[in-house]
Amino acid sequence: MSEEKEYAKPLPEFRPETKPYWEACKRHEFVLPRSKVTNEFFFYPRALSPGEDMSEDIEWAKASGKGKVWTFAIHHMGPTKAYKGEPPYVVALVEMEEGVKMMTNIVECDPKDVYIGMDVEVLFDDVTPDVTLPKFKPVKK
Amino acid sequence: MAWQYRDGVDLIQLENSSVLPMLRGVFLKSLYHNCFLYLLTETTNFFCSTLSILSSYTNVEDQFQFRLAPGRKKEVKKVMKKVSVIGIGKTRYGVFKEKSLLDLAVEAGKKAMEDAGIAPEDIDAFYLGNFAGSDFVNQNHLAPYIGSPLGLRPDVPCTHIENACASGGSSVREGILAIGSGNANKVLVIGVEKMNTVPTPKVTEFLAKAGDWENEVKVGYTFPSTFAMMARRHMHQYGTTREHLAAVTVKNHENGLKNPYAHMQKSVTMEKVLEDKRVVADPLRLYDCSLITDGASAVILSEKSFSETFSRKPVDVIGFGQANDSFALYQKQDLTRFDATVEAAKSAFIMADIKPDDVDVSEVHDCFTIAEIIAIEDLGFVPKGEGGPATLDGVTSLDGRFPVNPSGGLKAKGHPVGATGVDQIVEITLQLRGEAGKRQVNDAEIGLTHNIGGSGATCVVHILARG
Ligand SMILES: CC(C)(COP(=O)(O)OP(=O)(O)OC[C@H]1O[C@@H](n2cnc3c(N)ncnc32)[C@H](O)[C@@H]1OP(=O)(O)O)[C@@H](O)C(=O)NCCC(=O)NCCS
Repeated sequence: MSEEKEYAKPLPEFRPETKPYWEACKRHEFVLPRSKVTNEFFFYPRALSPGEDMSEDIEWAKASGKGKVWTFAIHHMGPTKAYKGEPPYVVALVEMEEGVKMMTNIVECDPKDVYIGMDVEVLFDDVTPDVTLPKFKPVKK
Repeated sequence: MAWQYRDGVDLIQLENSSVLPMLRGVFLKSLYHNCFLYLLTETTNFFCSTLSILSSYTNVEDQFQFRLAPGRKKEVKKVMKKVSVIGIGKTRYGVFKEKSLLDLAVEAGKKAMEDAGIAPEDIDAFYLGNFAGSDFVNQNHLAPYIGSPLGLRPDVPCTHIENACASGGSSVREGILAIGSGNANKVLVIGVEKMNTVPTPKVTEFLAKAGDWENEVKVGYTFPSTFAMMARRHMHQYGTTREHLAAVTVKNHENGLKNPYAHMQKSVTMEKVLEDKRVVADPLRLYDCSLITDGASAVILSEKSFSETFSRKPVDVIGFGQANDSFALYQKQDLTRFDATVEAAKSAFIMADIKPDDVDVSEVHDCFTIAEIIAIEDLGFVPKGEGGPATLDGVTSLDGRFPVNPSGGLKAKGHPVGATGVDQIVEITLQLRGEAGKRQVNDAEIGLTHNIGGSGATCVVHILARG
């Protein structure tokens, strides 16, 4: 992770439709795209909002950064060789308060303690000087 | 004018004795739109005749809108003239360092033609199912690459289809459509994957490309994680246990042992599976995963009338369906079912005019144990949530009510990704011919194949019947 010398895992691309998202992450702010037509949040970031409207009328709105673990897997094997030798890590689908789901990692907790329905909140991992990834950790009771 | 129509599918049925003038209009219009129209005629016992039109032009809606009563319930009952499987061939499945992708594909294709009793020059079209040749063997443009050493005629279209793990099933479907269109009398379909060219972590990376690279893979997601997350939801919602998952492993390893072509020829006990500590993506362990396999499978399809001349025991395609679903896991509402399976199965069952109860034998996509449990629920063999207990009770065993994966499935027979959907047709054909040896399901008359791609974004179902 951040303490590694060179971050070799796959990184996101900054494209016009995703740039505001990654720039906000870099500022440690959590934003989500929202259709101005339906006022509904959606995820992943894209040029046209989903659904029947398919509108370009999209805004970036500050989101709570809070959600619940919907499901998860504890990985003992990653998708690229950069994961080799890593301790088991959690890939989870988090259902955000805003209704969208996102694929992310649960960190700052023993994988064995993660459960469906666990309350989690966003934290930001500055993996390279340019890229910050949003991850989630358990909400302290 | 009574007729039936459904959104977003490529199929229309017209029913009327005075249908010809309209058809002419349709035909001209569609030629104008440069789309393919397949006309099928069939006589009914009643006073009117039924004409079905099968079109691969997806936007048929545009052309027929003027005839649609608004809000009308759209259903499709019957579809097309019969296509038969007249030849099958396959390589052994396993790890074959000494055999190239080309060797495997050509071997399977040649065996299928021999089985059908036809020569390469009899083939009118060739479809190839392959997922990741460009990654595994650095080769693209694979269909003519394989077609030319097989000795196909120069006028034969050779087409490669990539639909992740459903590449094979989709290729078979295209072959059926080519015959239905009147463009071909005999079609060769080959599925092939050569996977053991790189170490397991690299295989995992290549396979992960069937997921959403940008939004899933970059957080460390792999293919096993898809199914691990589904398994966890299934456990959470329906109380499915590791013992239920293990029951799939034990059954499929047992079946694989009866299949001389299977990759894994080893039986395994429930205790051994449950004790095994090699976690891949918790809750899934080594014994929940399909294998990394090299292999190829092939079928020869023919119009039914031709098939009688060629094959000892033709097997007919009586129904098929292909459907799609949200691409990525985070877009799905329910991870305990595959909407694409439900839709594809519905189309296939309606077309075949049968119910799940009528199916005697199936090959389903058990890329991970949980996938078989979800498949037998989605296909309607058992109620939702009961796939695990039913498997443990032997419902899907060779002598059970719904024998599933007599070949050993992806779990034991192996999963050369692009070959799998074609191989399912090979196995069901063997079963319906009564040539499946020790794993023969008694008196199998109707068989079903179920092939999914990615995290269920594609599903292809075929229903075959003894000819
Ligand atoms: C499960 C998996 C990671 C194991 O790979 P691996 O760790 O490299 O395993 P190895 O090849 O080193 O094999 C180790 C042992 O386990 C056995 N083995 C490997 N995969 C197995 C499996 N899926 N089930 C049972 N046994 C398996 C091997 O035969 C070998 O046994 P041996 O020690 O007696 O010779 C790999 O098979 C895999 O990724 N499978 C899933 C493939 C997939 O995702 N397909 C697409 C699905 S959509």
